[in-house]
Amino acid sequence: MLRDITLGQYYQTESVIHRLDPRVKLAGTVIFIISLFCFHHVWGYLCAALFLFAVVKLSKVPFKFMIKGMRSILFLLLITVVFNLFLTPGETVLTIWKLHITKEGIRIAVFMVIRLTMLIIGSSLMTLTTTPNNLTDGMEKAMRPLRLFRLPVHEIAMIMSIALRFIPILMEETDKIMKAQIARGADFESGNIFKKAKAMVPLLVPLFISAFRRANDLAMAMEARCYRGGEGRTKMKPLIYKRRDVAAYLLLFAFLAGSIAVDRIPNMIVKTPAEEQAVRTERVLTETCAEFDGLGVEAHAEFCALYKTTGEKRIETLYADRRI
Amino acid sequence: MSIILDHVSHVYGDDTTLAVKALDDISLVIPDGQFIGLIGHTGSGKSTLVQHLNGLLCATSGSIYFDGQDIDDEDFNKKELRSKVGLVFQYPEHQLFEVDVFSDVCFGPKNLGLSKKETELRAYEALKKVGLPDECFYQSPFDLSGGQKRRVAIAGVLAMKPQVLILDEPTAGLDPKGREEILGQICKLKEESNITVILVSHSMEDVAEYVERILVMNQGRIMYDDVPKEVFKHYKELEEVGLAAPQVTYIMHNLKKAGLRVDENATTIKEAAREVYRVLTERTRTL
Repeated sequence: MLRDITLGQYYQTESVIHRLDPRVKLAGTVIFIISLFCFHHVWGYLCAALFLFAVVKLSKVPFKFMIKGMRSILFLLLITVVFNLFLTPGETVLTIWKLHITKEGIRIAVFMVIRLTMLIIGSSLMTLTTTPNNLTDGMEKAMRPLRLFRLPVHEIAMIMSIALRFIPILMEETDKIMKAQIARGADFESGNIFKKAKAMVPLLVPLFISAFRRANDLAMAMEARCYRGGEGRTKMKPLIYKRRDVAAYLLLFAFLAGSIAVDRIPNMIVKTPAEEQAVRTERVLTETCAEFDGLGVEAHAEFCALYKTTGEKRIETLYADRRI
Repeated sequence: MSIILDHVSHVYGDDTTLAVKALDDISLVIPDGQFIGLIGHTGSGKSTLVQHLNGLLCATSGSIYFDGQDIDDEDFNKKELRSKVGLVFQYPEHQLFEVDVFSDVCFGPKNLGLSKKETELRAYEALKKVGLPDECFYQSPFDLSGGQKRRVAIAGVLAMKPQVLILDEPTAGLDPKGREEILGQICKLKEESNITVILVSHSMEDVAEYVERILVMNQGRIMYDDVPKEVFKHYKELEEVGLAAPQVTYIMHNLKKAGLRVDENATTIKEAAREVYRVLTERTRTL
């Protein structure tokens, strides 16, 4: 019933990605996300997609799981697309009632979808291959310098690890209570939104009660084992970088540099003479246009007509004539 | 209202590396009015099995017939099935949510679309059946004791007037007195309304005294399906799968080994006492 939410759930299997140091995976996710927002062309995204695909294959997590995680953010995705599509100013392509779809809007919407999709897949890959404990250990260690600013790093990490740990437990609990109420004839699916919201009460009240009970028990159990916070606490399995972690870092930076380079290629490609000519014509045209604008509508129309029939050379002479 | 299971299997987490076969090719007939004990150690598939009986879980393969109708058919009314097959989950007190006991018990019948009068009548009857004192009716369910909460939750299912009542570990976490009370009440209920009752448990002691048929589950399969006396004959095999026969069985076997010619198949304490008394009086007579 609720088992199809995989965001933030660990998928147990044996793979290189699973064995990596959590710090590498954290850094990797951050780098991947940053790279997604650096690209301006399809090439960069293609590169990122290939990279992502390779990592997914390496992780041995079935691709189905990532798609399942996507389902939960479908709504968000839809909102982003709609807003970008209709609210970006630019060259109008299609008008529906009072809303304009612009060329720029389409471009941004498509890029946004690609970005968000890969962002979600990338970050769920991290949580699917890292146990919550490992993840927060990694975070704690990576954020350690922030302790200088009196940030309670350990406490934050502990809060996160408990929160993550409780997701599957609460999910199971929800499933159980849901079943119990369905067995008593409750109906969670039919009816309008208000009816559905009301139908949630028999689910949410017991869920909250059990969450509080569990939190209370956990606090008690932690105190019973003399937990006092991070000061002077050591780890049973301290995080130490291994050779594969170093290799992973190198690969990551290679990816970042490589993909951005690939993304820039279209800008760097040397232009053919014909193309250069076209660029020059365009420039002359805009300059001349600006000049002619001051001379009134007729002159402007005359100039445009001339440009169409004769081309650049003729206009240049005309331009020179007028100036004299 | 018989329930028939035809080669039912269920696999959890089908698409993960952690696929678990919880039920493995189970075929069963549950006729009307039987009192059945379903026994198995933790993780043997008991809870999974009972969730199939009222359609909360769908069989991965095989089919289940309720009253001759396949419950997985498209046009089968599952809501009706759930009102006929009442399922009381483990720790049912965790499902309580209303502001007072009475309205919580009303939740089930209200969902059946009954009139207010009928709903309240049923709730009242159900609460009476589980023996909850009247002064608790309008208290918050969260203020009650553990045993009382559980009775309220059982009443919540009873109020739907099921023809088959399934109780998943109804005595878990209760003290001996609470356990006795709950089991006694279930037994009384069974006698009064002649419904089918399935009692799920991992404890033979709980079950031996009341039920007329025992299903023993192990690793998703039905291991034994017989009257208590016959099942307990296999007490050595039961031990191997992490279960045990009632203590009476052990005592009787030991007595026999010690030379007392008792019938070792006595399953309840009463029967055993009678048996020992009979043998002893016979012996004094012969002396």
